[in-house]
Amino acid sequence: MKIIVCIKQVPDTSEVRINPETNTLIREGVPSIINPYDLHAIEAALQIKDQDPASTVTALTMGPPHAEVALRDAIALGVDDAALLTDRAFAGSDTWATAYALAKAAEKIGFDMIFCGKQAIDGDTAQVGPEMAEFLNIPHIAYVKKIEKIETGKITVHRLMDDGYDVLESSLPLLMTVVKELNTPRLPSIKGKMRAKKIEIRKWTRQDIGAEDSLTGLNGSPTRVSNIFAPVIKKERKTITGTPDEMAAQILDELKALHCIQPG
Amino acid sequence: MRLFVNADECIGCETCLAACPYAAIVMKDDKAVILEVCQVCRSCISSCPVEAILVSGESMQEKQPDFDSYQGVMVFAEQRHGSLAQVAIELIGAGRHLADKLGVCLTAAIFGAGQAEAEELIKWGAEKVYLYDSPELKEFNDEPYTNLLSGLIREHKPEIVLAGATAVGRSFVPRVAARLSAGLTADCTSLDVDLQTRNFLQVRPAFGGNIMATILCPNRRPQIATVRPRVMKKGTYDPGRKGEIVLLKAPNYDSRTRVLESVKEASEAAVNLQEVDVIVSGGRGMGGPEGFKLVEQLAKLLGGGVGASRAAVEEGWTTYSHQVGQTGKTVCPKIYIACGISGAIQHAVGMQSSDVIIAINKNADAPIFNVASHRVVADAREILSALIRKL
Repeated sequence: MKIIVCIKQVPDTSEVRINPETNTLIREGVPSIINPYDLHAIEAALQIKDQDPASTVTALTMGPPHAEVALRDAIALGVDDAALLTDRAFAGSDTWATAYALAKAAEKIGFDMIFCGKQAIDGDTAQVGPEMAEFLNIPHIAYVKKIEKIETGKITVHRLMDDGYDVLESSLPLLMTVVKELNTPRLPSIKGKMRAKKIEIRKWTRQDIGAEDSLTGLNGSPTRVSNIFAPVIKKERKTITGTPDEMAAQILDELKALHCIQPG
Repeated sequence: MRLFVNADECIGCETCLAACPYAAIVMKDDKAVILEVCQVCRSCISSCPVEAILVSGESMQEKQPDFDSYQGVMVFAEQRHGSLAQVAIELIGAGRHLADKLGVCLTAAIFGAGQAEAEELIKWGAEKVYLYDSPELKEFNDEPYTNLLSGLIREHKPEIVLAGATAVGRSFVPRVAARLSAGLTADCTSLDVDLQTRNFLQVRPAFGGNIMATILCPNRRPQIATVRPRVMKKGTYDPGRKGEIVLLKAPNYDSRTRVLESVKEASEAAVNLQEVDVIVSGGRGMGGPEGFKLVEQLAKLLGGGVGASRAAVEEGWTTYSHQVGQTGKTVCPKIYIACGISGAIQHAVGMQSSDVIIAINKNADAPIFNVASHRVVADAREILSALIRKL
């Protein structure tokens, strides 16, 4: 089985803060990590390789040169090799252009299965996986929470839905986006860490993957961010004061006024 | 060709201002902006420490040729296990508002449902409903859903398409956007239109809810957005409203994936949380499982649901199905009582559209008070005990 895992290097959003004066993100000192959902995607691929050692697992990402760190972390976990799409031409990509570039790279690598995390924690869009499948003209299954069985040319999985789950069968090749329930990601091994230090990471530009200039980066991005702002909600404020008992009485009056509880 | 600053990346360091020999860069709202006098010498590009200065070419930066022929608003109305999803009705409400503002028609597309569901959509405000009623579409399947919605969009050319940010919408709508080279914005929390440009102003949280971003799709049509359930308000239900139902059949509903079984197992608590009028929600300030019981007790007395912050869930005081916020549920009750919740933005994005927010917290500077309508600076345990005594 030839498997590609798409990963993204993201700022740890639990550490992201806003500068209240400029309404901009404070990025300094925010650690970069592998998107947490992608760790489950890597684990899914590695478990298949554990069963079938003839399998190969390639990690793929797009980003600035620094994103190489995330790929080396993936190698340390047991991924065989890695490719980094890095080129000024990719700058400004929205999900459409990102999915297009990743699809071009996936074609170059070759695959039977592609795993992605269900979404990235910085953008939270969950769009790149399904869009990539569309560009590759292969089916996809989002929110995979269990892989039931893999047979020749087909796979059976459980897909998490809002009100339960669906059991699906699909032909291969297939792209899957995975949720945390699927597995528990392993830790890097010493051997893996050693390998991660030495391995040569392939670095590809737009030309290397044969991507059209007019569909790459900002050129290939239908959407753009027009402005960002800190979330502020302005509501009429009422301050309730007094002893706990008095405050409780006032809250009760408010609830009565709102017809939340019957008066009297 | 021209240069411009990707405002998303610009950190406002002003390095490029010094690098420009033509003084063509100015600061506006702490972002660098390149003026018309720019000679495209590119000196600024290499000066930028965060690669925020970009060159625009053509492609999606150019208006698509049939741009002006797109008109109207289309809602993808989701059904699950045969009944209309609440989010479909909410989107008809939001779509109605946008269509009225633009002076265009509101249509809906529904797959795997029947005449009854299509009629409901009209009563809630749609003028025309495209109905594919084949039982083969009852179970959600990405490929036929993608084919049908893409087909309807190609044929009827709506300028705006709305879908729920549900497991269904978030799975297949990206395929539609990829196929049509259309812009797609996920998880919008507010929608509006700019009447001059007819651009769709899509506001969504990013970076775990730490910032809000307005997304535009200035050169491509349609402009597609997914919206989380319980964010938009329903419109008015008019049982007398008339509209047109267009019954459609596709030659086939082939797919390379097949749904073998669809299992319903949502916990009652989780469903209730999005339906109830009152939610009492507890956080770390409840102090422990005993304190959290007060939250449950008050919720029961008020006939409401129990919510929780991520902290309370992580402490094990309640289960994940009660979690409200970015990584939990978005709720919109009439009254939300936040007890001992500090109100980090990750929590706030899940409850801030509630009509009335009563926040009880010991810390007068807790961010929860920024979104609260009623401010109670006190130990939530004392207040809740007093309330329970009085009820």
